[in-house]
Amino acid sequence: MATKRKPRLAVWKFASCDGCQLSLLDCEHELLAVTGQVEIAYFLEASRAVMEGPYDVSLVEGSITTPGDAERIREIREASKFLVAIGACATAGGIQALRNFADVKEFAAAVYARPEVIDTLKRSSPIAEHVFVDFELRGCPISKHQLLEVVGAYLTGRKPNIPTHSVCMECKMRGTPCVMVAAGIACLGPVTQAGCGALCPAYGRGCYACFGPMETPNTTALAAWWRDELGVEPIDIKRALRTYNAGSESFRKESEAYEYADH
Amino acid sequence: MNTLTTKTVRVDALARVEGEGAFHVKVKDGQVEEAELRIYEPPRFFEAFLRGRSYAEAPDITARICGICPVAYQMSAVHAMEEIFGVKVEGPLRELRRLLYCGEWIESHVLHAFMLHAPDFLGYADAIQMAGDHPDLVTQALRIKKIGNDIVALLGGREIHPINVRVGGFYRVPKRREWHAIVEELKWAREAMVALVRWTGQLPFPAFEQEYEFVALRHPDEYPFNEGRLVSNRGLDIPIAAFEEFLIEEHVTHSTALHAHIKERANYFVGPLARYSLNFDRLSPLARDAALDSGLGVTCNNPFQSIVVRCVEALYAIDEALRILEGYTMPDAPAVPYEVCAGVGHGCTEAPRGILYHRYVVDEEGDIVAAKITPPTAQNQATIEADLRAFVEPRAQLPLNELTWQCEQAIRNYDPCISCSTHFLRVKIEKA
Repeated sequence: MATKRKPRLAVWKFASCDGCQLSLLDCEHELLAVTGQVEIAYFLEASRAVMEGPYDVSLVEGSITTPGDAERIREIREASKFLVAIGACATAGGIQALRNFADVKEFAAAVYARPEVIDTLKRSSPIAEHVFVDFELRGCPISKHQLLEVVGAYLTGRKPNIPTHSVCMECKMRGTPCVMVAAGIACLGPVTQAGCGALCPAYGRGCYACFGPMETPNTTALAAWWRDELGVEPIDIKRALRTYNAGSESFRKESEAYEYADH
Repeated sequence: MNTLTTKTVRVDALARVEGEGAFHVKVKDGQVEEAELRIYEPPRFFEAFLRGRSYAEAPDITARICGICPVAYQMSAVHAMEEIFGVKVEGPLRELRRLLYCGEWIESHVLHAFMLHAPDFLGYADAIQMAGDHPDLVTQALRIKKIGNDIVALLGGREIHPINVRVGGFYRVPKRREWHAIVEELKWAREAMVALVRWTGQLPFPAFEQEYEFVALRHPDEYPFNEGRLVSNRGLDIPIAAFEEFLIEEHVTHSTALHAHIKERANYFVGPLARYSLNFDRLSPLARDAALDSGLGVTCNNPFQSIVVRCVEALYAIDEALRILEGYTMPDAPAVPYEVCAGVGHGCTEAPRGILYHRYVVDEEGDIVAAKITPPTAQNQATIEADLRAFVEPRAQLPLNELTWQCEQAIRNYDPCISCSTHFLRVKIEKA
């Protein structure tokens, strides 16, 4: 009798810091259990053994910033049954999407001695702008617990259970007093998707939106509160919205209201 | 008839390194004609978009250069800013910064030594395969790696891109009792790591001693993390602020590369071998004994033995973490106050892979006017290529598969972090 083959997992990298795929290796307790259930078919950071596709689940880290990468993601999509974009780079373009608000040629000239050899796109874009994505797992970096949930869900054919409510809910669940109300600290928690466990408020600082916008963010109301109640300068509102998820639609649009803010 | 023989060793996508790189070595009639480590990791332009951001954002933003060593980026950034504002972080807060670095060294070194490097010596494609035959080794290594991550997670908030570091100190400092579980694990890890140092000492190392100029920080009392002078085994001895004057990236005309070299001299070597060879006397007695017991001398010139040196440094970091935690008193405040002013600041700290340099110019509002970042792997690139040449030439007759794997191993000796290095190395984007 033929034995059923193990599902094949592949991990791909585009423009990124490597941190989200490192989350898989950071699952110290669970790593060997996971690799018992799946065949690691392509994961260059961990193995020189490479299997050809098709793959059952592809995890894609990083954003698209070169013409070559825009081609490569199409090939990966064709070879994958399910494609999961992991992390802020893959779901929103990452910190490197700050080029989207500037002139990338000027950026290249500022960093490289010979900018003419740099082959790069004007924008850093998320994976879903190029191919169909089955699921977007947020975070800068992603939560390894959420990663295990998503991989487990696709391997067993169910929907991942990833909440889309705000960080505020996690503060309440954790019992952290609201840093904005109690201490007057500017916090993006009300417009940011949960997933980190409301980490920053628990350490006495405001959330800085690693997990991107929550499902229905009212960024305009929050920005007005920051301005009027906390006295935050417009330039600091713009900066807060333009970090790791600057490319997400709601943060981008709200930040554009502060485009010309200065000291 | 053409009797010349040409052989090319190439790997288009290097495995078990951080980030995306490739290499090729071309041998003609037993002579190496070309040896190139090639980077196709796309550029992300950090130094460009840091301009106009607040000084306070630099630690969090630059952490995103590298998911493997974010603490190093945060430390170099805060030290540079603190130089500008005249802030001194001392006493228990300074100890906590060392502790955070201990966590990152343990995590990064054990990851590299056992998950990425050890499989080469034993002939496995990866640690998962290796775990099939050596389950205890891999389970132990994962447990020690987790302790490093637990330190970063408690003190930094999370393992990757910690959220608790800021100019002047931290946002919150843990209470003494929060460390109990970690202290117990560290005590176990200290014993386990001594045995792992011995284990790595017995691996089969190719004879490959090279003459390097090692560059690392040196501190009057400590094995270096955050502070010290930049020194070398050939007489370099300069303050961090003189980094750019003496450690120079030069444009190589025939390519797009910027190769690092020491002023009026050649390429140099940063990372564990350099730190160890320049600071052996600053290791803890336990780490020194374990090193000598494993067969290392007080200096080490064989990069293949870097796996042993990484384990010695991981042992030191465990020992140092225990020293800090056993004397831990909670600081009175999580950060020291300071006033923002305009100026130029330099930070250079010992990332797991070697010296990581930051320079910032900020204006009177604290906004960044200019930023320069020099990661360790960028400094090592010329040395990695020199190693490839020297390594391949006497081994050119080996079967191609074997030689290819050994070349990969010669590159992995450096634990190259290509994600970090993007913005200096030879950038050649692959055309589809």
